[in-house]
Amino acid sequence: MFESVLVANRGEIARRIQRTVQRMGLRSVTVYSEADAELPFVTEADDAVLLGPAPPAQSYRNIDAVLEAARRSSVDAVHPGYGFLAEDPTFARRVVEAGLVWIGPPADAIEQMGDKIRARNLVAAAGVPVSRGTESPVADVAAALVAGREIGFPVMVKASAGGGGMGMAVAADEPALEAEYERVRAFAQRTFGDPAVLLERFFPRVRHVEVQVLGLPDGRVVALGERDCSVQRRNQKLVEETPSPAVGAQLRAQMFRAAVDAAAAVGYRGAGTVECLLDTQSGQFVFLEMNTRLQVEHPITEMVTGLDLVEQQLLVAAGEAVSFDPDRVIPHGHAIEMRVNAEDPRRFFPGPGAIAVWEEPSGPGIRVDAGYRAGNVVTPHYDSLMAKLVVHGADRAEALERARGALAGFRVEGPRCNLPFFTELLDHAEFVSGDYDTGLVARMRG
Amino acid sequence: MAQEIRAEMVANVWKVVVTEGDTVADGDTLVILESMKMEIPVVTEVSGTVSALHVAEGDVVQEGDVIAVIG
Repeated sequence: MFESVLVANRGEIARRIQRTVQRMGLRSVTVYSEADAELPFVTEADDAVLLGPAPPAQSYRNIDAVLEAARRSSVDAVHPGYGFLAEDPTFARRVVEAGLVWIGPPADAIEQMGDKIRARNLVAAAGVPVSRGTESPVADVAAALVAGREIGFPVMVKASAGGGGMGMAVAADEPALEAEYERVRAFAQRTFGDPAVLLERFFPRVRHVEVQVLGLPDGRVVALGERDCSVQRRNQKLVEETPSPAVGAQLRAQMFRAAVDAAAAVGYRGAGTVECLLDTQSGQFVFLEMNTRLQVEHPITEMVTGLDLVEQQLLVAAGEAVSFDPDRVIPHGHAIEMRVNAEDPRRFFPGPGAIAVWEEPSGPGIRVDAGYRAGNVVTPHYDSLMAKLVVHGADRAEALERARGALAGFRVEGPRCNLPFFTELLDHAEFVSGDYDTGLVARMRG
Repeated sequence: MAQEIRAEMVANVWKVVVTEGDTVADGDTLVILESMKMEIPVVTEVSGTVSALHVAEGDVVQEGDVIAVIG
């Protein structure tokens, strides 16, 4: 095992990785921007190196600055966390070229999964179910109609350059497709400077279910459980739970098989997540994409399996055996994660600010991964995630009850905060029943 | 009747989608704001003409600032 790790990230995930690094007796070095100097991940590090000003391009996304920090602090390995440089194959290659251990999958695997259309074709060839859709931009209305008939209605009309739910429209039939094609195209041209439009099958009631995989040093890939991430606003996750209330033993086995095959198709090593869409009506699932890194919501898998996924990442990167028997992973109970964001609980608009009050709940089955504490300032430079509240119970009912209790003990004052949304969600009949889909939050907000 | 569209948070103006004089319908995006790595479309809830546009790309708006007037 190497002796020191540079964590090339910030906030809650840098702190969470650092905790494992230090528990394993290794030296943990962090990098930080001028905006983050007071945050816990910096003050708790064994060593901290200033990268530069707040904008990510000048700090956390600046490959040269991160590598220089690694050289100056004489670390052996680099952990990228999630976001920033975590899925940049150039960064992975440069880390290795600098003679350091890269705590992540091979750069080629990152690259292959990073191109969404290429990834879909690649996993389809490996026998993984994929959704029907165009593989390149649709040239004109006539081509859109041909593609629409082939895919089957309803279809999603999507700006190729879009994201975050913008530049997307659903067409139920051919006249709607003609109208939406022109509308989305005009919007995409105006907004993104790129009129390219893609079509894909639209599922009206869908759940987002993903599978945690781990590629072992010997080339085997194992599935460590699924996570249901269907509570979303603006196509971004707010709450995740495991096991998924919608997945039975047979479907779980199929999804695990598909996830392992998808990862194996690119020679995957380390921790990764295969994201799928599950059609609640047919029970069919399709591959969405693979995230070639540690996932934000990994703690719920840790709560039910008892594994430390960051520890496994370090062991795999060092070429050592993992700490558990891959053939005997038996999950226990139910876990739920709530993303505590600096945003209002009604419309989910972000609102940074100085934290006047920060009180975390504690107790059996409660874990808080926080990036901030009282006195810190949540700045507008980075995403709005302040903390993850994770609860575990013997079953879903107990997990929900513990979540209610934990929420009552969580107080944040200063920035906007979405904690009241979770209180509302935990008493919402549809969520409590477990029979919900990605449209839940929109329905709650009418 | 003229309707003022205001910013609901401190944010950067990432994209301006309309120009003064454009005809817009309920639900159309006027500008896209960016804050905390989130892109937030500002949409009109009335139909009409963009009679005034008070922001440009790169501006910083404060909560309550008027972004556009639909007349």
